[in-house]
Amino acid sequence: MTNDWQPSCNVEALQLRAAMLHEIRAYFYAQNVLEVETPILCHSIGTDPYLDFFATTMGNVELYLQTSPEFSMKRLLAAGSGSIYQITKSFRQGESGRYHNPEFTLLEWYRIGFDLQALMDDAEGLLVPLLAKMGFLRTTQRLSYVDVFEKYTGLNPLEFSLPKYQQVAEDFGLYDAHNVCANDHSLWLDFLFSLCVQKKLVKNQLCMIYNYPACLPSLARLNKENNLLVDRVELFINGVEIANGYFELTDAGEQEARFEQEILQREKNKAFAVEKDRRLLAALKSGLADCSGIAIGLDRLLMVLGKKEKIDDVLSFSISNA
Amino acid sequence: MASFSTSEFKAGMKIIMDSDPCAIIENEFVKPGKGQAFSRVKIRNLKNGRVIERTFKSGESVEAADVIDLDMQYLYNDGEFFHFMHPESFEQYQADATAVGDTKLWLKDQDMCILTLWNDAPISVTPPNFVELTVADTDPGLKGDTSGGGGKPATMETGAVVRVPLFIQIGELLKIDTRSGEYVSRAKT
Repeated sequence: MTNDWQPSCNVEALQLRAAMLHEIRAYFYAQNVLEVETPILCHSIGTDPYLDFFATTMGNVELYLQTSPEFSMKRLLAAGSGSIYQITKSFRQGESGRYHNPEFTLLEWYRIGFDLQALMDDAEGLLVPLLAKMGFLRTTQRLSYVDVFEKYTGLNPLEFSLPKYQQVAEDFGLYDAHNVCANDHSLWLDFLFSLCVQKKLVKNQLCMIYNYPACLPSLARLNKENNLLVDRVELFINGVEIANGYFELTDAGEQEARFEQEILQREKNKAFAVEKDRRLLAALKSGLADCSGIAIGLDRLLMVLGKKEKIDDVLSFSISNA
Repeated sequence: MASFSTSEFKAGMKIIMDSDPCAIIENEFVKPGKGQAFSRVKIRNLKNGRVIERTFKSGESVEAADVIDLDMQYLYNDGEFFHFMHPESFEQYQADATAVGDTKLWLKDQDMCILTLWNDAPISVTPPNFVELTVADTDPGLKGDTSGGGGKPATMETGAVVRVPLFIQIGELLKIDTRSGEYVSRAKT
């Protein structure tokens, strides 16, 4: 006799999820942002160098479970939908752990005419009331990536020096950093950020880190004042990453160049080969208005709101007994 | 050779690290934003018990260690080797002093224990949580003392020294917790 038919989370977590979804929909309704649905099963998939996906077939046709609804939503934007949001399941192969389940729920939205700062205000407008109800502070901390990286590591993230980076890793007791990161500047940044910076970010309050180094992979626009940075923001609560947003690339040529760059990087990583999404490129060519977009991992947000230790505690059935 | 990919890592899994058999204690999946995912893994070296932390890039794989835990009966010590027997197959194994380590202080003939085998050779022995041992030597206790107080050291038949209440006498059978090395009670006879 096993008990593995039972849900991973308790009934309170189900109720908290329902209440959160209700508030999210109320916020976007009041803001006049249109709720949409886009397919989860598609002919193409993103080229993210570090995302693995689930593929399946229908007859001879290869289809992919989407790692995020980004491309479909951008095609809607290019077709004149206006600002849109979506709450949908996304799938990422091999991501499983305390903060990860291979199938998870994303809230993704796009705002026509918003730059990164306006998007950050918008995200604050949605999240702060939700957080305040659960006892979090109403103020938001906003820090640039360069400032926060330097504050906790003493390193300049825009200038790579292997000996300096290695020394900091060792000061933090991370003796095998060099084995993992070798000479790769962006790997070093991700490694040090997630293991040395992230855990020290402010507790009990929403924290926004903006203007990421351009060497890290993203589909964000280059910053107008400093081309070593991109207009990208990540949101953290209690050191847990919950969202990633961009002032979106709208230039088809630039998008195609990034696709090609990422496809090469995937080859280098020995990740599954993918093709660039020609329908997205065609949509961008036809014209996409300036916009910003962001995706929030709702299961993680729920973990934070419900003060849960692991993602399984907010999922009806986690991958272990789905 | 069998191997495990980082996505299969879970607590209890046995792998080879630095050519020693190790057990995964904890695996933390770390995925920074759009970047490379890592596994931060806490590992116990099964030969020396040391715990280390290692980081793997997602998708890397490590060699699996052929390690199994078997319930065995302790037979005797011939001066060099400790001899164990599987209670059903009657197959016998001999473990050297390095593999047995401090566990020898809790091993009494005929008692059951867990023998950890790597490639079919014993690398460590885990005693039962509680053992019953006879007091071989201790200072005479004070009459009328019931419990508490400072207690006194007692040497057990296996050589282990355990702090016991003052009323305990030589020849008594005691229940000992092997995880803490502490006296629990007199054994019921």
